[in-house]
Amino acid sequence: MRHLLSAADLSRAEAIEILDTTATMAATQSREIKKLPALRGLTVVNLFFEDSTRTRISFEAAAKRLSADVINFSAKGSSVSKGESLKDTALTLAAMGADAVVIRHQASGAPHRLATSGWVRTPVVNAGDGMHQHPTQALLDAFTMRRHLAGGGEAGPDGIGRDLAGAKVVIVGDVLHSRVARSNVDLLHTLGADVTLVAPPTLLPVGVHTWPCAVSYDLNATIADVRPDAIMMLRVQRERMSSAGGGFFPSPMEYSRRYGLDGTRLAALPEHCVVMHPGPMNRGLEISAKAADSPRSTIVEQVANGVAVRMAVLYLLLAGGTETEGSR
Amino acid sequence: MTTYLIRAASVLGGERSDLYLADGVIAALGADAADAATTARADGVDVVEIDASTLIALPGLVDLHTHLREPGREDAETVASGTRAAAVGGFTCVHAMANTDPVADTAGVVEQVWRLGEDAGWAQVRPVGAVTVGLRGEQLAELGAMADSAAAVRVFSDDGKCVDDPVLMRRALEYVKAFDGVVAQHAQEPRLTQGALMHEGVVSAELGLTGWPAVAEEAIVARDVLLAEHVGSRVHICHLSTAGSVDIVRWAKARGIDVTAEVTPHHLILTDEAVRGYDPQFKVNPPLRTAADVAAVRAGLADGTIDIVATDHAPHPDEDKDCEFAAAAMGMTGLETALSVVVAAMVDNPEYDFDWADVARTMSTTPAAIGRVAEQGRPLEVGEPANLVLVDPDATWTVDPAALRTASENTPFASDELPARVIATFWRGRATVLDGEPRARTDVRA
Repeated sequence: MRHLLSAADLSRAEAIEILDTTATMAATQSREIKKLPALRGLTVVNLFFEDSTRTRISFEAAAKRLSADVINFSAKGSSVSKGESLKDTALTLAAMGADAVVIRHQASGAPHRLATSGWVRTPVVNAGDGMHQHPTQALLDAFTMRRHLAGGGEAGPDGIGRDLAGAKVVIVGDVLHSRVARSNVDLLHTLGADVTLVAPPTLLPVGVHTWPCAVSYDLNATIADVRPDAIMMLRVQRERMSSAGGGFFPSPMEYSRRYGLDGTRLAALPEHCVVMHPGPMNRGLEISAKAADSPRSTIVEQVANGVAVRMAVLYLLLAGGTETEGSR
Repeated sequence: MTTYLIRAASVLGGERSDLYLADGVIAALGADAADAATTARADGVDVVEIDASTLIALPGLVDLHTHLREPGREDAETVASGTRAAAVGGFTCVHAMANTDPVADTAGVVEQVWRLGEDAGWAQVRPVGAVTVGLRGEQLAELGAMADSAAAVRVFSDDGKCVDDPVLMRRALEYVKAFDGVVAQHAQEPRLTQGALMHEGVVSAELGLTGWPAVAEEAIVARDVLLAEHVGSRVHICHLSTAGSVDIVRWAKARGIDVTAEVTPHHLILTDEAVRGYDPQFKVNPPLRTAADVAAVRAGLADGTIDIVATDHAPHPDEDKDCEFAAAAMGMTGLETALSVVVAAMVDNPEYDFDWADVARTMSTTPAAIGRVAEQGRPLEVGEPANLVLVDPDATWTVDPAALRTASENTPFASDELPARVIATFWRGRATVLDGEPRARTDVRA
């Protein structure tokens, strides 16, 4: 693995290697001293063209716990809004000696351009690009699911070596604009899970029928029919209501009634089903407080796992998978 | 003045004949050509003899859709650099689109562009006039003044923007009848394509790029053929790109509506799959469509539903392409690759019955007729203007963006090997290209 640009690029073996390495990293995080020396002397640049405090802090924490030096480059206002071009920013970072670039960008494909245009020679990690991909989010979601759904027995609590074969995952919300949904569909399919997307038809992309998943417009029927092991609620941006053509749905209340995870739907879920959300949440819109705060909610755990997943990704990209054993 | 004796060229890919070019016209054909050249030589006239025994002679190509960028974006292209590229591509006439800065919406601007073309001396420049003031889609530009100017504008287009107001489009279609003009519509429903970056479909869904749905083109094509029927005008559809548009135009023609349509070379050969690498060289408007659309536009061109090939040559400087896909400019150059791409997609393609006479029809005769360019697209006969091109059908060449003559390097065909090569181009009897190399007017004099 040279870069991490898309969850679709990961083979089953690569994905499991990352999840297993994540388990190793997570285990170190309950120690008193959380810091590992693995990336000492290396510099990781967080190049964020889009506001995202949580993801940036998560990557920053991950890099620092591996003893890397971290440079945060907040370049809000890219060439899209007539600032410095992505190319010049990349050349500047390369000249300053970055060893890896973590990039968040509002333009789909920007990490791909950065990795393939010759502007930088370092590994590139996609921390979310436009409506395209957010692979570390999918990995942390998969890690969280594996822990809850495939953990136990000889594989240990983290389900080491296992995939998600047969797990039934329902993803609800704004699939059209969601890089989280795209990444999750790709990775969960690779890991053998059965995914169902649920959304109003306006929030599904044309072409979704070719994705390796089922699609439904009816959340109640899906909960009843699929009996999910995990349900993931996607963030719905309120401004989607007021965009061109009168918006994608008539009102937040109607959205919430038809697609929100309220108390009734929460109660209808199988007992073991975990409730997930990539954050930040709109409480009362796509998810009720009751669901978000319920014991089956993994939302806070997802954040913790995010740091471990990003540690694993940076470690595998910069220190190389072959050294995994030695560093333990 | 230098005269040319072209030996044994295959005329439109058919029988071989000598041609003698003198005084700006085809002075003699067949056995008479050599005799005429001998006589001229005896009179002290300079005769250059060209062995065309492996070449095909076509009437000079006519492009109905060229962005020359001057005035305003001389960093991307000038009238001189663009027409030189045109000559190398086998063109003797180009229609310069109106979306310059200032916009070609007055007699002053169109005359300036026309004059720059005459001065450059590479090919005939026929300015296209804007339909509306500033391409803003609010008020008709002074179409009559542009028609009556020295530039004698006959094609009007807001290309780059759609004349989406149906009332304004109706008025424009009606108004240009007074001087036998035509409105060339950039068919793009603006509200359906806000922020659109590529064809909306399977690939855009995966890449997370905002989609440009086929229906946004087809809805306007359908509306405009019906408007043209209602007011009894002719209408031309720019860069038609979808299978649905082909069906609508086919239906309209069967109904007797006076509609013509063009397809670009790139829509004949590239699909939205090319966008997967997020390379902005494949960002173009209308966007690259699906393989099914490519098959439909090829079939439409072969059966005459689509009348012509037009390049939509759209040069951009490097900085407008060397960036994120979303930030990049739309468009690709095409003048120097157009003929080769048409040969690859159509002539050399056994699926279609499309020969060199069809190339002449779709890239010279019909575009000249649509643009009402009397002296272009003429048959290769005695007394006709000496606008012609000699093509080596068996040559292949590799596209090197830096080596192309256009001032910009944004070709989608970089490093591709293409068939057929322009060897010589003659405009008004003068060689603008010889041995594949452009020759300026001053070179010939020297």
